Order: sequence, then structure tokens, then C-alpha cells
Amino acid sequence: MTVAPEKNELVVPEGHVKLVIDGIEVVAPKGELLIRTAERMGITIPRFCDHPLLDPAGACRQCLVEVEMGGRPMPKPQASCTITVADGMVVKTQVTSPVADKAQQGVMELLLINHPLDCPICDKGGECPLQNQALAHGRTDSRFVDRKRTFAKPIPISTQVLLDRERCVLCQRCTRFSAQIAGDPFIELLERGAQQQIGIAEEKPFQSYFSGNTIQICPVGALTSAAYRFRSRPFDLVSTPGVCEHCSSGCAERTDWRRGKVMRKLAANDPEVNEEWICDKGRFAFRYTGAADRVLRPMVRDKATGELKQASWTEALQVAAEALTKARGSAGVLTGGRLTLEDAYAYSKFARVALGTNDIDFRARPHSREEQEFLASTVVGTTPETGVTFTGIEAAPTVLCVAFEPEEEAPIVFLRLRKAARKGRTKVFHIGQWTSPAVEKTFGTLLATPPGGEAAAVDALSSHAPDVTEGLGKPGSVILVGERAAQVPGLFSALLRLSEQTGARIAWIPRRAGERGAVEVGALPTLLPGGRLVADAAARAEVEQAWGLEPGSLPDVPGRDTNGIIEAAANGELRALVVGGVDPYDLPDPQLALKALRTADFVLSLELRHSAVTEFADVVLPIAPSVEKAGTFLNWEGRRREFGTTLDGTGALPDCRVLDTLAVEMDADLFTQTPTAAAGDLARLGTTSTARAAAPTVESRQQSLPQSDGQALLATWRQLLDNGSLQEEEPHLAGTARRVVARLSEHTAEVLGVDKAETVRVSTDRGSVTVPFEYADLPDGVVWLPGNSGDVRVRRELGALHGSPVNVHPGGTE
Amino acid sequence: MSTVDPVTPVLTKRWLSPRSWSIQTYEQLEGYTALRKALTATPEQIVQVVKDSGLRGRGGAGFPSGLKWSFMPPNEDKPHYLVINADEGEPGTCKDIPLMMADPHSLIEGCVIASYAMRSHHCFIYVRGEVLHCIRRLNAAVKEAKAAGYLGENILGSGYDLEITVHAGAGAYICGEETALLDSLEGRRGQPRLKPPFPAAAGLYAAPTTVNNVETIASVPYIINGGSDWFRRMGTEKSPGPKIYSISGHVERPGQYEAPLGTTLRQLLEMAGGMKDGIPLKFWTPGGSSTPMFTAEHLDVPLDFEGAAEAGSMLGTTAVQVFNETVSVPWAVMKWTQFYKHESCGKCTPCREGTYWLVQILERMVDGNGTEEDIDTLLDVCDNVLGRSFCALGDGAVSPIQSGIKYFRDEFLALCQKNREKNRKPAMAGAN
Repeated sequence: MTVAPEKNELVVPEGHVKLVIDGIEVVAPKGELLIRTAERMGITIPRFCDHPLLDPAGACRQCLVEVEMGGRPMPKPQASCTITVADGMVVKTQVTSPVADKAQQGVMELLLINHPLDCPICDKGGECPLQNQALAHGRTDSRFVDRKRTFAKPIPISTQVLLDRERCVLCQRCTRFSAQIAGDPFIELLERGAQQQIGIAEEKPFQSYFSGNTIQICPVGALTSAAYRFRSRPFDLVSTPGVCEHCSSGCAERTDWRRGKVMRKLAANDPEVNEEWICDKGRFAFRYTGAADRVLRPMVRDKATGELKQASWTEALQVAAEALTKARGSAGVLTGGRLTLEDAYAYSKFARVALGTNDIDFRARPHSREEQEFLASTVVGTTPETGVTFTGIEAAPTVLCVAFEPEEEAPIVFLRLRKAARKGRTKVFHIGQWTSPAVEKTFGTLLATPPGGEAAAVDALSSHAPDVTEGLGKPGSVILVGERAAQVPGLFSALLRLSEQTGARIAWIPRRAGERGAVEVGALPTLLPGGRLVADAAARAEVEQAWGLEPGSLPDVPGRDTNGIIEAAANGELRALVVGGVDPYDLPDPQLALKALRTADFVLSLELRHSAVTEFADVVLPIAPSVEKAGTFLNWEGRRREFGTTLDGTGALPDCRVLDTLAVEMDADLFTQTPTAAAGDLARLGTTSTARAAAPTVESRQQSLPQSDGQALLATWRQLLDNGSLQEEEPHLAGTARRVVARLSEHTAEVLGVDKAETVRVSTDRGSVTVPFEYADLPDGVVWLPGNSGDVRVRRELGALHGSPVNVHPGGTE
Repeated sequence: MSTVDPVTPVLTKRWLSPRSWSIQTYEQLEGYTALRKALTATPEQIVQVVKDSGLRGRGGAGFPSGLKWSFMPPNEDKPHYLVINADEGEPGTCKDIPLMMADPHSLIEGCVIASYAMRSHHCFIYVRGEVLHCIRRLNAAVKEAKAAGYLGENILGSGYDLEITVHAGAGAYICGEETALLDSLEGRRGQPRLKPPFPAAAGLYAAPTTVNNVETIASVPYIINGGSDWFRRMGTEKSPGPKIYSISGHVERPGQYEAPLGTTLRQLLEMAGGMKDGIPLKFWTPGGSSTPMFTAEHLDVPLDFEGAAEAGSMLGTTAVQVFNETVSVPWAVMKWTQFYKHESCGKCTPCREGTYWLVQILERMVDGNGTEEDIDTLLDVCDNVLGRSFCALGDGAVSPIQSGIKYFRDEFLALCQKNREKNRKPAMAGAN
């Protein structure tokens, strides 16, 4: 290798250094680890413990190189994963240094002496860094003829993660990930020397929402998942890039499948969004698509027997079209929060064009008019360029989380918050009810309020917690608000005032993947696509023109929201309902919802699986799950997360296609035959300069504590792993869910007389749940329940909301 | 044979006094006079005196103590800590524990002076957990010193405050490595830390910390009282001062012998009454099992940092282990290697896996089932561990093997004899 001639000397920018690696001059930013600089140049130094997103460890010693500083060779080979570049450094990797090469081969041989070489039956075989690097940097045969260390195998460290200790090379990636990234140090090194091993404490399993990442970053097959272990070999799988369909983070994923069946999901690398991590729900919860109750054929209810029976598409569409045409102007559309942008757009257009109504709402959860105004004024139209982003959170000096439980509702947002806070640059505040794990793990400060008192707490910030408002005043600060805010009157308005006052930007982080996109396409009673207002004639005219409709043909009166649609259907005002993926038990009043479904003359259900809706549906049309279609999720940042079809040719159709065909039967054209067509049609609408909605101005109110005996205010939100229907068919994942308990303060327990009991019975006039309880730092007079975990199904059993008064009594023995 | 120049004992001068460990005895024999003197000086002046004295770390590495102290930041943005490494665990080493048993107040006085010099207000003494008697004695001494006003708030009216905490380790060799010691002291798993940051920048609880050996700190009061020139009159130019040599093994009177640095084994043997029963010397370690062994050829090597290094070993902890001709070198090497395998912390591959492998080869060889290739394999594995491990313990682990084969290859070869005979092909098929 010739050194570059002097006249071509490299320019060293400010904050950079110049060094030589394998005879090649290179400029690198100060502080960069040598192994990364080499990698940028195309020189791959073998490694096991090194991971770009974890703190350096220097444990495996595989990446040793020779280093010369200031003309003097360092006496020992250096671990390139721990040494940072320096000006004038001369580095020789295995490419040019026999010493480095021998050191690496030596370490590789040592790693292999106790490795079982059971590659033919190991899950990692074929994609194993140890296997690959042993071939590239190891000896062809072993000199080791003695006894290998063995362990009993495998041991479950949770219901989901299994550990084969003899395969482990003790690189500590898993323990470092858990301690540093997730903040769940449930796994640790135990014992020492050759007996050193990864392990858990007695009866403290690896209950982390992020445990699957350790399996993915394990450089050997020591960690495997119960779901995938021994299921397939990597070289038999087809890998397709995808986007997670669960929460609103929109993580990049890789879906591995074969013979029409998804075998596993892995995190893909997207530095802007999920970096290299996904949560366990995103990784493991995909088997719902293969559930036995999947709807595969259209079904029509037999008039004579009252039973659903399979029908042809032609028949089912005809029946549906006829009924809906009759009900035109008296039909409501509930889309659910899990649709792709294209599918939600098709519903939005179907409601306006085919049904002639603005009675459409995506919100299959408690909601409010204030929320609708907030979405229309503040959320719609934001993009990563204009709004808050993951990287914006990471750079924010202060983050305030309000009515938002990041680890449970958007786990990848939680990871960013923790990353930011762990670096010590970001201060995190939470307005909530108790010091949840997420508060602790984001090094956060809890500002506790009674449920429903969040708005008043926000208004009182400048007087009660001036450090928060001061922090939010620093440029780049962020306010994150979750779906629970819709249950707190005045909260959105108070947050907008706070934002105005401090300059901090607000981001709305809903729980479901499709909600942000549904706002954008106008699956709301007051909004048309692109944030155009239904009530604005100019906006309607833009849409009419783009859609090729007669001027004045779009309905001009804002429609009903979900509650309104349910009420109207229940009392006969609405004759027909078109329902997407909605679970009535998620709605604020499940009883009324069921009544509405029963009462409506005609119910069309577009569903993946049989549900409480299909039970009442007159026509059920099967639709495709996200792996069987293409589409786009709009994540909470407003970032487009496009994905292609993973499993092709299953015959399952996306909602947009089904609606398009149905509309044709009804003599309307949606132009949403395919997701691509739908996306094109949506794009043609372009941006608008028509009026934006006004921000909500709802008075906040003090939440008063219940006065009567045996009562408390209910605080509640959903856990990441719970009874959600997309998590069904995955028992190993369910085993890592948090324990189902109620929480209340010791004082409250005493006042309510439950402190001597083992369980509490929480009841309303609708029903009751009995559940074990734990003490936590809740405000007095407040009891917390998980939203939908185990037997505790707050909406279904209690019909209660966050902030509702409930009765609390001792529950007797469990 | 040269005659021993019997030095006036310094570090061990009180050891034979009645109740030498009590504060009364200590005070009667100039105890705490250095502290009074030190408190009238500035911290910088004390650091300078220690620098001038040439005092080098007594824990094995021999780093200049004054220089180490000067790495502590001059400001007090974060608390400063002095941590005493009393986790004496190197095989053969028995100097710190006797010192703390016989004269704990010399360590405590040293701690106060050193802490004052480094602007530390909390000093920790990390003692290996097995020596309960020593921990008790230290605790009693700390209590006595506090009651007498040498510790606690406003020491001797100077306005300077210091607390000393005696902490018991849990019995891991690795915790003698300073960063593993700090992790252990913080309540974590004892494994060495990545450097940088060095302890002076981010040590205990990520605050500026200096870790010093017991003998190093116990030397400080004498330097303050006697001055740096006095200290330099002992020992050699680059390795000045007195040193406690702990002599064990086949000598008539094993024990601790204080002598100036640079004393030879020949002189030490004379002090210790010569080889036990007159059986000739075969091999010995100058500073514990982690220092490459010496043989009878090295009787006149001056045992200071430079002398030992020049002769191909290290001064280490001056733990002189003496073995006579009855001891098999491969057997001794195997025992040492078993110790390193047992004590490897497991953090890095070379030490963890290397010691696991080396032990098996050595055990096989000592059983008489070795092959000549095994010797090459031993040396090559040692080469793959030496300088490749995370901390210096991996280097130490291969020292006995490499030096053992270097000086006594024949003994290793002899162990292969049985195998050679077994594997010898009969001259004629079936003629076994």
C-alpha cells in the first residue's frame, strides 16, 4: 500500500483527527471508536461484545489490533472497540499485522474451546457471528482435546426467552442491553471464571418488554425464544422488510417467513425511529393472523336461521350494497384505530361518497369533542420536518409526559426518553398518578394528580412547579400527550396554553398504529382528508374537484363522533353501521355499543377474525392483516412508514379494495382498488391552504375526590401486554406481561378498610372485579387498575373511565 | 557471601512492642507526630515531599505514589476518595495483613495524611473478607483514633475532617485489581473497569479516587517525619525506601523481613536462616506467583523494581516463595494455574478460557499423560493470553507456566515419557 502523495493531503476538519489504518490515511471525528473508523473504511475487525448502541465493554477481546502512538508502539495489542481515535495514531489490523492476526485467532480459538459446536441444531446456525467470524478469522482445527464445560440446558429465564449457557460467549450484550437500553436489569452475570454465566435472580424472571432484543443481538445461539426455537433455519427463510402494526411508533421490522407462514419478526435498523430495537409485542405478537376464528370467506346472515353462512363475494357485496344504498344518509362508519393510511382513506371516502355522510370516526376508545378539535387544529398535517420526532425527543432539554405512559403505550418512545435521560441532557417530567416503572427508568419526576385532575395540574404548573415551565421554555423542549387525555376535560386546551406560554412543542402519541393516519385522511366527523374542514365550503370544493364529484355533493354538516354514532344507532336514528376493526368492549360504553349493533337494521363488518361485531353483523367481509397487504402507517411523528406485501397470494384483500368494490356495487367510484391506487388518489388531493380548525378552549376543572365512604377515583390505562386481540395465540409472550394488580396508597387502603385483605373488589353499578393489590405512591382516594389485563377489563366489567368514581371494598381471599 | 547490612527497621519497628496495635503504644513510639506536622503544611507541600521521596507503589506495579496523588483534580467539585487496597491476595504475599495486625495506626495515620494531601474527606480500607481478625483490629483502631481526635471532624483542631470506613471484601482475588475493587466497594460484581476514565478522574462513585496499597500509605508518616532525603538513603536510586519482604516456603524461618529495596535473595535467605534442612534451592518467586519464577542463578539479583525486571521478572509484592529441590516444577505450576482458573473473574475471554484450558493440559501432564505437543500448546496459549486479557491478571496467570518451561523444560518433557512409550510402535506387528 502506498501512502497518498503529499499534495493530496487530507484536510482535517475541526473536531477531527487524522490517523493511519493499515497504511491508509483517514480522517475521523474525535471520540470515534477505532473499530468504527476501520469499518467505515471497509476494514471489518471481528467482534462479539461490541455493539454500536451499547457502552463499550472490551470483554471478548476479539477485536485486538496493533496501535502505535506518537511513533511508539503500544506494548500490548489494543481492543479496537474501546480505544478512541487519536491524531497521529498508526493502526495495524489483522490485515497488515501478524500480531493482531494471531491475537484474533487466539481469542477465537479460546472462545471455541467451550462452545458446543452444535451448529447443525442451533437456531443461530447460518446467521451466527461466531460461526461466520470463526470461518473468517479462526483456525481450521482445534488443539483442544480436553473436557468442555457443560451446563444443564436450556433454562427458561422467562416464559419467552430460553438460555443455553454452554453456547454463551459471555460478551454481556444481553446484560448491557437490559441494564443500559431497557433499564430492566433482570439478567446479570453470575459466578466467575469459566463458570461465569448469565442468570436471573430466584423467582425474578426476565420480565422486560424488550427481552426479545437480547435474542437478536446475541452473537451466538445462547438466547432463543420459545416462539421460534427449533422452528426453522435462517437460510430457509425469506426476509421481507415491514412496519410494525401495533403501536404508533411505526418501527421498521424484518419479517422472516416461509411457505406462506411468518416464522419470526426482527427489528430492522432505522436510526430515525426505532434504532435497532423493537418491543416484544412487535416481535412476538403476530400469530393472531393464523387464529382458528379467522374470517376467510365473505359471510351473509341467513334470514331464516339467523346464522352467518359463507357466501360468494358477489352475493355478499350485493347484499351489503343494497342495504347500504337504502340506508344512504343514515349510516355511520366506525373504522377502528388500526388501519393503514390507504385503508382509512378508503373508509373516509366511502363514507362521504358512497354513504353521503360525515358520520365517521376512527376512535374506538373514549374520546371527546375537545380531542377532535385538538387533532384538527394541532395534529393534522404535522410531519417529521415540522413536528416533534424521536430524535427531537432525544435532543430535548425537557420532556413533559401528560396522560401518557410511554413504556406501556409507545415502548420505542420510552426507549428514546430513557436514552435521552440517561445521557443526562434531558429532564423528564410525568404528570400521572404513581411512580410507574417508566417514571423511574426515564429518571423522571412524577407530578402526581388525581385522575381527571391533569388539566388543573397543567394550569397550575407555573405556580406549583416553576422548574417544569422553566425547563419547557428551553428551545427544543417537548410535551408528549397520550390517548388518555381525551378522558380529561380541558386537558388538551390546558396543554395548548402551556405550549403557547413556554414555546414547547406538543406531540400526540396515540396507542394504536392507525390513529395518526386516520386523522390525516379525515376519518373524523369534522375533517376531510388533509385537515380540510367539513364545514368549510372552500375545503369541500377542493375535495369535490379532486374526487370528480358534482359541486355541492359532499355532505356539509359535521357528522357524529363514535359516541354519537353509537347513540344514534342504538335509538334507531341511524339505520346502518359499517364497522372496521372495532372491539365494542374498547368503547366508552360497551353496553350501549352492543345495543347499537343489535338495533341497527344493517351491520356490515369488515373483519379479520370473528368478534363481538361479527356476532351482530348481517354481512361480514374478510380483510387482510398487515402482513398480507401493502400499505403505509403514519406514525405519531407523521412519518410515512410504507411497507410491501409480505405474504403474497393468500387471497386476502385489503379494506381499500373491498370498499372500492362495494362502492362500485353502490354506483360510486373510490379509485382505491389497490393500496397504491388509494395512495395515489390521496396524494392528488395535495395540501390545502383552506382554513384550519380552531384550537379547543375547554375550561380545566379541579377533580374533586369522592366524598362518600368506600369510594375512590379510578385511574386506569392499558398495559403493553394485555388481553389485546392482536396478542392472542402467543402464550409465551403473555407470560411476560406485568402481574395484574390494583394499586393504591397505604393510607387509602386503610381508609377504605382493605389493608387487611388480600384482594380488593372494585365495583360500579355495571359490575365488579376482584384483584390483588399493591401499594404505590398514588394520591389518596385513588385506585389504579390496568385497563384490560386478565380478569380486570375495566370498560367491559365496570363501564368506568379514567377519573370515574368507583366503589372499593375488601375482596376476601383470591 | 556478602554480609547483611542490618537496617534499622522502619515499617516494622513497633511490631515486637507489647500491645503494638494499641494507640498508647503507637503514640509512645512517635505515633501521630507526622500527622501534626502534616496538618501544618499545605496539601501541595505534602504531595511534593512524597514525590521527592521517590516512594513507589508497594502493591506490585511500583507506580510513583506522589505522581499518582498529583493526578487528583485540584478542585473539589466532586468528593475525593482515598481507597486503601488491603485485599492482599497474591499467592505468597503476607505483608499487609501482618502490618495491619501489628501496627494498624501507622496505616491510619498514613490515611489521614494522604487524604489531607488529596483533599479527601472519606477514606475506605478494603480488606479481604477472610481476615476477620484483621478487620476487627482495624475497626478498633479507627475507633481509638477517632476518640483521640485523629479522625472525624476538625482533626487536631485543624478544621480538616476525615471519616475512615473499613470494608470487608467477599473473597475474590480479582478485587485486588483497583478498578474491580472499586466496583466491589460500590456493591457491584467485582470485575475490572474499562480505563480510561482512570480512578483519579472517575473512580469510586464516579468521583476522583486514588487507590493505594497498605504498605505504601503506611510509609507516608515516616517520610513526613524523616523527610524525603532520609527516605532516599535507603534502597536504590530509582527504588528508594524500605520494603517488607514476605518469605515463605523452604527456609528455616519464614516470615516478614524488612530490608531496603535492592536486597538480594542471598541476603534475605541469610536473614531467614538459610534453606530449610539445608536442602538446596530450586526455584523461587520474587514477588508472588504472578511474577515469573527465578532459579538459583538469580540469588544475587537486586530485588528492586529495576533489578527484578532486568532479570526477566517483576518485583511484584516482594512475596518471596522459596522452593527446594524436592518440589516438581510442573506440579507447582499446575497448582498455581488452578488458583488462577479458580480466581479468573470471567470478564474477558483470554483469562477465562485460557486458564480453563491451561489447567486441563497441566493436570493431564502431571498425571503423566502429556505429550510434547502439549508443551508447545501451553506456550502458545500463554502467548494468546499474555497482553490480550482485559486486566493484568491474565498476564500474571501465564507467568509461572512460561517461566517454568523456560527454566525447567526437561521436567515437563519427562512427564511425556509415559505417553511416548505407550505410543511407540512395536517393531514387528503383533510383537507387543
